[in-house]
Amino acid sequence: MSAGAPLLAVEDLATHFFTRMGVVKAVDGVSLAVRSGEVLGLVGESGSGKSVTGFSILGLVDPPGRIVAGRILFEGEDLARLPEERLRRLRGERIAMIFQDPMMTLNPVLRIETQMVEAIRAHHPEVSHAEARARSRDVLGQVGIASAEERLAAYPHQFSGGMRQRVAIAIALLNRPSLLIADEPTTALDVTIQAQILYEVQKLCRESRTALIWITHDLAVVSGLADTVAVMYAGRVVEEGPVDGVLDRPLHPYTSGLIGSVPSRNRRGEPLRQIPGMTPSPLRLPSGCSFRSRCPRADERCLAMPELAALEAGRLVRCVHPLRAEAQ
Amino acid sequence: MTVLIIRRLMQSAVVLLAMSVLVFLGVFAIGNPVDILISPQADQAEIARATAALGLDKPLWEQYFVFLRNALHGDLGRSFVFNEPALRLIVERLPATLELAFAAMLVAIVLGLPLGLFVGLKPDSPLARLVAAGSILGFSLPTFWVGIMLILVFAVELHLLPSTGRGATVNVLGLDLSFLTWDGIKHLLLPAINLSLSRIALVIRLAAAGTREVVHMDYIKFARAKGLASSRIVLVHVLRNILIPIVTVLGLEIGAVIAFSVVTETIFAWPGIGQLIIKSITVLDRPVIVAYLMLTVLLVITINLLVDILYSVLDPRVRLAEARA
Amino acid sequence: MSALTDETAGIDAETPFRRLAADFFASKLAAAGLAVFAAILVVALLAPWISPQNPYDLASLDLMDGRLPPGSASADGLVYWLGTDDQGRDMMSAIFYGLRTSLGVGALSSIAALLLGGALGLVAAYVGGRVETLIMRVVDLQLSLPAILVALILVALLGHGVLKIILALVVVQWAYYARTIRASALVERRKEYIEAARCLALSDARIVLHHILPNCLPPVIVVATVQVAHAIALEATLSFLGIGLPITEPSLGLLIANGFEYMMSGKYWISFFPGVALLIAIVSINLVGDRLRDVLNPRLQK
Repeated sequence: MSAGAPLLAVEDLATHFFTRMGVVKAVDGVSLAVRSGEVLGLVGESGSGKSVTGFSILGLVDPPGRIVAGRILFEGEDLARLPEERLRRLRGERIAMIFQDPMMTLNPVLRIETQMVEAIRAHHPEVSHAEARARSRDVLGQVGIASAEERLAAYPHQFSGGMRQRVAIAIALLNRPSLLIADEPTTALDVTIQAQILYEVQKLCRESRTALIWITHDLAVVSGLADTVAVMYAGRVVEEGPVDGVLDRPLHPYTSGLIGSVPSRNRRGEPLRQIPGMTPSPLRLPSGCSFRSRCPRADERCLAMPELAALEAGRLVRCVHPLRAEAQ
Repeated sequence: MTVLIIRRLMQSAVVLLAMSVLVFLGVFAIGNPVDILISPQADQAEIARATAALGLDKPLWEQYFVFLRNALHGDLGRSFVFNEPALRLIVERLPATLELAFAAMLVAIVLGLPLGLFVGLKPDSPLARLVAAGSILGFSLPTFWVGIMLILVFAVELHLLPSTGRGATVNVLGLDLSFLTWDGIKHLLLPAINLSLSRIALVIRLAAAGTREVVHMDYIKFARAKGLASSRIVLVHVLRNILIPIVTVLGLEIGAVIAFSVVTETIFAWPGIGQLIIKSITVLDRPVIVAYLMLTVLLVITINLLVDILYSVLDPRVRLAEARA
Repeated sequence: MSALTDETAGIDAETPFRRLAADFFASKLAAAGLAVFAAILVVALLAPWISPQNPYDLASLDLMDGRLPPGSASADGLVYWLGTDDQGRDMMSAIFYGLRTSLGVGALSSIAALLLGGALGLVAAYVGGRVETLIMRVVDLQLSLPAILVALILVALLGHGVLKIILALVVVQWAYYARTIRASALVERRKEYIEAARCLALSDARIVLHHILPNCLPPVIVVATVQVAHAIALEATLSFLGIGLPITEPSLGLLIANGFEYMMSGKYWISFFPGVALLIAIVSINLVGDRLRDVLNPRLQK
């Protein structure tokens, strides 16, 4: 782990969507940090705001949503306050992103070559088409696509889902960004392909010292891949810390419930454990701690919004009744 | 692919045949065919001779086959008014109409595509709302009224452009084309704009709807995540995706534009087949009417077929799906 | 508990029609369009009673009053608000009567086309099989030809006359109605309540008329408004070209044609005002139809 200032530091980010039905507070208090070369796993269920967090970092939140508060410090600049043109220059060059559904990520009417070369020349117009093409071919090879030369001339629909995701990863890494945000990139793929892609991305990021934020709902993925993990619930980060610590010894009741409900941890025949209740609708978040309606440890103190506080070295928790070193 | 073409060709042939029967019945069976095919100025002896020569004393179905055989040989009768073979009259005037039709389509695309893109990208801006409201107007305005207004404003009041006729032409490969001369363009401009107006509304609608849909797609977001300039995203990523449906619809519309040129040609006295058919209907020059109807239907069917083929060529997904099948 | 009953009480009070009306009038433009169209309808219906002059009573015309600009007065004090044409007809009266003819022909042909196309569409959807294929082939065929071409063919073959023009307009339009109704009916036919009705051994006619038909109405209404506007425009175009309604039943198209030749000499009002009247009629109908389409489109409803 490298010491010093983090590559990316998000402080109290809030991104709200102003819809006709009300204000959807998709992200309402997210703080996290990634060091260069590090892997951060951003974990949460659907609707917890993890994807929106990813989009917010790159400034890709579409109206009616926008960032309403917080800072996104990257290489010394606050991305939340940068003008669009500055952000554009960072995208695909210093920070890259890959999306969840590989079937829709690539433009169906343009060749792979076109979509790769333009990613290079958008930031380096001085590079010739031939050079850009050569680099694209090399990177395709790096992500494990055989016969890259023919693949360049092909169209996206001639590829399977897994291959398309590899192409997306290749595009993301073309300009050697220092940060890659991966928004559930393997959720839509077969389990075997998932493992391959996971391995590829891990290897590539390690080799190029690219920091990685891996957004997922799958704790198993995080445990094998990440150095640090941040757990999100209803738009807020509720726990953050080194992956082994958080998974072995969770401090937030939600994290504990999440770990406990993973099916593989149950013995055969035992009923699956669930967190009682349902995630609150983002339109009607309860005041105070948003988990209190489902938390067995909740009391009146939970009516006030708890801060994300450092309980021990390197462990942040947003709870007034954090779990201590208790038996699970 | 070839199966598709053959099937469509057969369908087209059926349509043409049906048209010919319809036209034949309308012309030969209803009313006195003698009056129809022979000039009203003929005397008794001529009528008798022509009746025998045209085989009008034969049974109806036999006459139909004679008609059909003649038609396939390019003989669709002689015009009463001009005393020339009807088909030749039409073919002579066809280039003028085609020139006008293509100019109109060009105007519709050049004006409609950027406007539609803009409306699709910024649907809430005041200009977009104006364009959307304006497209209802463009859709509603009868072509002939717009033509009249164009003449009123540009020719009568402002004296900027001529109001009638076709300009000087240049002969290219046997065809007389007027858009190659400045005078020709001046004469072409108003009629082309007039004819294009109803299609502009269509192009705007298509482009706006297509853009609205495409803009929310993941691949556009990914393009932004790559850091591409917005101009490139719009002009390459968005445009290529909306062009395919627009081109196909417009292709199908060419037939309608050619048919609709009857109005514009009448108002602007443009010497095309549209002007000819209106005059012919008014003076009941039936051979010309028959020739026009058969030819135009043939044209429309051919264009529809070509567009179908073009569509499968343009869309790489369709092309490859067919190849695999 | 009380919150629950409050919610359901609210839903009961709002019928589908009221919701539709509320959605429709949410657009001020559409509301304006409806108001304008209603005004035009009233004018057209009451034309013989509200026109200052009967433009087709030759006795009341004075040739000396021909080609007067708007606002001028006749010898006996009648003000020609919109000017006169070459025969001395008051343009305003001519326009009122012309609206009557244009709207009448448009509406009549549309209704007839709706009945014809609707019947064929329902038959095609309900009976299916070869009957359906045959009907839809004819529909597709006709729809692949431009409307004006079909109209030209019919006019060329049938000749002139009010009934013949109406017939031509009906033939042009029926295919749209047939296709729309068949599509809706097909969707309805597959729904469960039709199966239930069949099980109850209701007669086919009853099923079609009482169950399928009402549910087909929304898209038909949208198509109908657009078609009426089209019919009016098409009739005006044909009349303008001289191959439409005869001079004895002058529609707005004919009025515009009459005034065309006078435009070059600056007497614009003979063509211009009938044109504006036609425009207002068509645009208002299209505004209403456009809004109806947005409001009735199930996909757009949240």
